[in-house]
Amino acid sequence: MSTSSGTPESWISSFCSLLGHEYFAEVSEEFIEDDFNLTGLQTQVAMYKEALEMILDVEPEDDDDEEDEEEEDEEDASGDLQDGAAGRAHGERRHHSRVASDLSVIESSAEMLYGLIHQRFICSRAGIQQMSEKYELGHFGVCPRYNCNQTRTLPVGLSDIPGEDTVKLFCPSCLDVYVPPNSRFQTVDGAFFGRTFGALFLLTFPEYDLSRSGAETAAQLTRTTTDDLVMIDGMYARNIAPGLGRDKIYEPKIYGFRVSELARSGPRMQWLRDKPDDMTILDEARWFAYEHGEHGPDSDDDDDDESMNVNNNSTTTTTNNNNNNNGSRHAARRRLAGHAAQRQRRQQNRSPMNVDANGAESEL
Amino acid sequence: MDDYGTESDSDYTSYWRDWFISSRGNEYFCEIDEEYLTDRFNLTGLNTEVQYYQYALDLVTDVFDLDCDDEMRETIEKSARHLYGLVHARYIVSTRGLSKMLEKYKKADFGKCPRVMCNSHPLLPMGLSDVPSLKPVKLYCARCEDTYNPKSSRHASIDGAYFGTSFHNILFQVYPALVPAKSAERYVPRVYGFKVHAAAALVRWQNGVRDGMRRRLRKMDVESGFNGEEDMEDDDDEEEEEEEEEDDVGVVEGGDAAARRLLQQQQQQLQLAEYRGIAAAVGPAGLGADSQMGSVA
Repeated sequence: MSTSSGTPESWISSFCSLLGHEYFAEVSEEFIEDDFNLTGLQTQVAMYKEALEMILDVEPEDDDDEEDEEEEDEEDASGDLQDGAAGRAHGERRHHSRVASDLSVIESSAEMLYGLIHQRFICSRAGIQQMSEKYELGHFGVCPRYNCNQTRTLPVGLSDIPGEDTVKLFCPSCLDVYVPPNSRFQTVDGAFFGRTFGALFLLTFPEYDLSRSGAETAAQLTRTTTDDLVMIDGMYARNIAPGLGRDKIYEPKIYGFRVSELARSGPRMQWLRDKPDDMTILDEARWFAYEHGEHGPDSDDDDDDESMNVNNNSTTTTTNNNNNNNGSRHAARRRLAGHAAQRQRRQQNRSPMNVDANGAESEL
Repeated sequence: MDDYGTESDSDYTSYWRDWFISSRGNEYFCEIDEEYLTDRFNLTGLNTEVQYYQYALDLVTDVFDLDCDDEMRETIEKSARHLYGLVHARYIVSTRGLSKMLEKYKKADFGKCPRVMCNSHPLLPMGLSDVPSLKPVKLYCARCEDTYNPKSSRHASIDGAYFGTSFHNILFQVYPALVPAKSAERYVPRVYGFKVHAAAALVRWQNGVRDGMRRRLRKMDVESGFNGEEDMEDDDDEEEEEEEEEDDVGVVEGGDAAARRLLQQQQQQLQLAEYRGIAAAVGPAGLGADSQMGSVA
């Protein structure tokens, strides 16, 4: 699965096979060896150099390939020399000089460093590919929510800064995050996965069939066959929160009678699991165009490109927009080719509305 | 059945039930009172539901003394468990039963909500059907009002009918003070600090639904149960702003640029809110999709 050295004894693969580290992908050595990928980590990790050497299984100073011996040597010889400074003077015996406590510091630094590299790696092309293989195999578990019908989840962090929160599971079906069921994951830092991975995964693999199986999927298929391939806001409509919506909301009942919304204990959170029956309502940019143009929905065919292009152009439009009418008009023409109304509106220079359109689009 | 005192140690009253509720996998059950079990009225209709009903009942009430082979004993044992479960569904909606289950709820005997934003709120067991052997037990979180699968497989095989579809709702009808405060806090998927458009559009739509509900409730003078009831519109804006601020901490970029972006986003947010109002008003005419726009407004 990994492109790393392949020896089962490498630090990376032994780290990934530890109990509780099942969510980790094996970062390829090429990725770590590219200094660009490590930009800025030097300041975040103590004993950076030693930690990096440990991850890559390289002997300090002399580059021999006996990977496993390092730790043993250090154990045996820890008494020989008192401190690191002395060891440094003695060139080749330097790695023998580390005392046991030193080693555990490096070990934990290495774990931290690996985690932070991992956060970046899984957002790279190779990394996200590897994670998708793990996802296919169900390594990350399934959503505990009943109406999500065992949708497979993705590991995410709620923060990119280490030490703030543990790893959580993101369910693409209900767009919510859950605590992993097994307590052994409560020692894994969420920053090692990062905030970006979950959402980026969905954008990278838009064709994934998120709803996994069962009669419910079949029932759903009949309902959504028409908009199966409809793109909304840059995603397939069927993949936007398939676990939400009218018949996926829990309806509290007492002896068969629904509990009223007006009751003190009545339902208050149904919005959280709700979704429009017709997903095209979420295509805010198009709605805006409709409302401010005089012609109706005649441009259905360019829908897809349009929502894709919004991705690329939103930054341009944001910067151009405020006063620069010409610039924004140009951007708008590229974005919504054929929307004469859009251009017309901009010519009228209704400035608050101008920014408004961008507000909707640059949300991305 | 009459030889009540023939057993050598008759001082214990609930040998079988003690064993049952303390055995592994039965942590969700509470102990049914002897009185409740012996009142025939409470058992109405169960004799047709349970095989060897009388023997099973005897076993549950510890007066079983039939000499039979192991196979028969096993069958009766199974029936007894089924009977106990069915009576349990009725018992836990009685006053005594509710208070017993409440104690277990407070101790979080049924587990805690796996949803991160629920902050480990205790769960309640529930059935999706009152008919036995249809659906296994699920867990209900009163905070997010959703249902979850039990973590452990030994609980996942318990029949949901042993708890029923009404119990957890009745509990909060009887103890309205226990209804937890609702929170609009939620997870927003992001890529490098930026919201993902599709998800963000859905969130905006959902917020519209929520605000609609809160407006309805306020009109009817009903407590919505959300924190910060009075200033619901401001409330939302604040939330958004907080989110944005948090963003800027997370994203590594120049302070100046971050501040500018924050300002810009706030502006956009405000204008977006405005725009949504317009959209609701203009929508039906524009597209002829009245019903959907109606639900937004």
